[in-house]
Amino acid sequence: MREKHEKKVLIIGVIGADVHAVGNKILYHAFTEAGFEVINLGVMVSQEEYIAAAIESDADAIVISSLYGQGELDCRGMREKCDEAGLTGIPLLVGGNIVIGKQSFEEVEKRFKEMGFDYAFPPGTPPETTIEALNEIFADK
Amino acid sequence: MKPVLLIDFGSTYTKLTAVDIEGEKLLGTAQSYTTVSTDVNDGLNNALAELKAQIGSIEFEETYACSSAAGGLRMISSGLVPELTMEAAKTASLGAGAKIVGLYSYELTEDDAEEIASLKPDIFLLAGGTDGGNKNCIIHNAKMLSTLEANFPVVIAGNRVAARECERILSGFTTYVCDNVMPKLGVLKVDAVQAKIRDIFLERIVSAKGLTRFAALMDGIVMPTPAAVLEAMTILAKGAGHEPGIGELIGIDVGGATTDVYSVADGMPRDGNTVYKGLPEPYAKRSVEGDIGMRYSIHGIAEAAGIDRVAELAGLSEERATELIDLLASHTDKLPDGDAELENLDRALASLAVEIAVARHAGKMEEAYTMMGKTFVQSGKDLREVRQIVVTGGSLIHTKRTGEIASFALASPGQPESLRPIKATIRIDRKYILAAMGLLSLQYPAAALRIMKKELEEYGYPE
Repeated sequence: MREKHEKKVLIIGVIGADVHAVGNKILYHAFTEAGFEVINLGVMVSQEEYIAAAIESDADAIVISSLYGQGELDCRGMREKCDEAGLTGIPLLVGGNIVIGKQSFEEVEKRFKEMGFDYAFPPGTPPETTIEALNEIFADK
Repeated sequence: MKPVLLIDFGSTYTKLTAVDIEGEKLLGTAQSYTTVSTDVNDGLNNALAELKAQIGSIEFEETYACSSAAGGLRMISSGLVPELTMEAAKTASLGAGAKIVGLYSYELTEDDAEEIASLKPDIFLLAGGTDGGNKNCIIHNAKMLSTLEANFPVVIAGNRVAARECERILSGFTTYVCDNVMPKLGVLKVDAVQAKIRDIFLERIVSAKGLTRFAALMDGIVMPTPAAVLEAMTILAKGAGHEPGIGELIGIDVGGATTDVYSVADGMPRDGNTVYKGLPEPYAKRSVEGDIGMRYSIHGIAEAAGIDRVAELAGLSEERATELIDLLASHTDKLPDGDAELENLDRALASLAVEIAVARHAGKMEEAYTMMGKTFVQSGKDLREVRQIVVTGGSLIHTKRTGEIASFALASPGQPESLRPIKATIRIDRKYILAAMGLLSLQYPAAALRIMKKELEEYGYPE
């Protein structure tokens, strides 16, 4: 059994060729304020970067943002890569404008859950909702 | 006059540099060939005799030495993720002047452990995990090392939470606990580790390499030669006291077995439209290309550049170029000595060595198209605005076409992503004084700087 940190460690960042930096900074402050240790990878983060950061810092969850509508493509295979890298079962959360076009969010959420994400949040989700979800995840563990 | 003697114990040459601190000038330089079979002592005595013949009998007031003898400072570094803590450990070791003989990431296997035992490093740098981050890996690796019947010092510079446990596991070894090379994700912290490596070099390695007898002769400062060169480059760029430096620079040393590149420059993104990726790099950075060298690693140049480019630059047929390269690889002491074919080949090889080594040292810029328009993604150092290049190494010194060879360090239209200088003044270290000036700069920085500014010959401003 590994000993846990006092604070839960989150890896956050904006995935893909996405340079939306404002929401990322807001999340960093909100999560830090909520008592998490936050490692912010900034914008244009690749799947490999999240994974490398999570391994090195023994992270408790990865929170992915995507604002430019290509999130589904960018997130594909993330769970499999985490498994491959030994991050078995690490909670994966995603939010933002993760898909483009008029789709019902239930459909989108279902697809992301099939891809191995624990949570997918619709556009306009306040940070508090994500924090609540994180607390739920960690309460179970 | 205040004469000071600087000694560089090399693997093939013992080089002496005599300076007068008061006059801030070079008194003379001398060197003597040393082979594995000859005693370091003989090399020094021969070189001293040669120096005496040049400048007469002088009582030196102070003597300092650096050494890359007996294979240099041979280190193995290990980290967790290759591009994170392993890279940080590698950067720290190279900056301390080490020759890296092994590099490991993730958990060491039994095969790795056996390999490490057979490599017999002078120092092992054990890293992995950010502070408070992963500790399983570094603890596992400490356990693997503890099974070895070996006796090398281990510097522990990983997750601080695991440091004490690693120390206990490695109780059979001499261990040194240092600040983590990567305390936070993406933060490089190499100073403490490098200071520790230098201490160990002084305490243990110097005696192990048969240099103890000179200890009485020395005034204490003994460091690995590449560390001395990095000191020289740093002071040359930044200045000392009221004496200004020459500004950000790149140093290139094309050797027989390796090509070393130094950069003393910030190199971080200059505008808001550029996203930086990867570990930040140190202001004074050293990289070593183990496969790029003029003799022992001559095949590496041909492989990296392609034999067609070597042949084209040398004006030879591919067959002839291959033939000559094979010849030089097996006769590593062969010099062109006026032979036109060999001169052309050596010039081509040196040019490509410069190009490959500087391209690998410098950062890269990629263009990415996002919904917000064009964005640039930079990794490594942006050296486009660096305006000074200092070159050393036989193949660059013993030719009239130094500038032409050195200009291969500059940006080229064929590699737009490579962040090399757009134009630069070339300076040549014709008398091999860089390591000596690095040593001198620890005691007399301003004098060392002024001597370098005087002695490093300006070649011009090729574009």
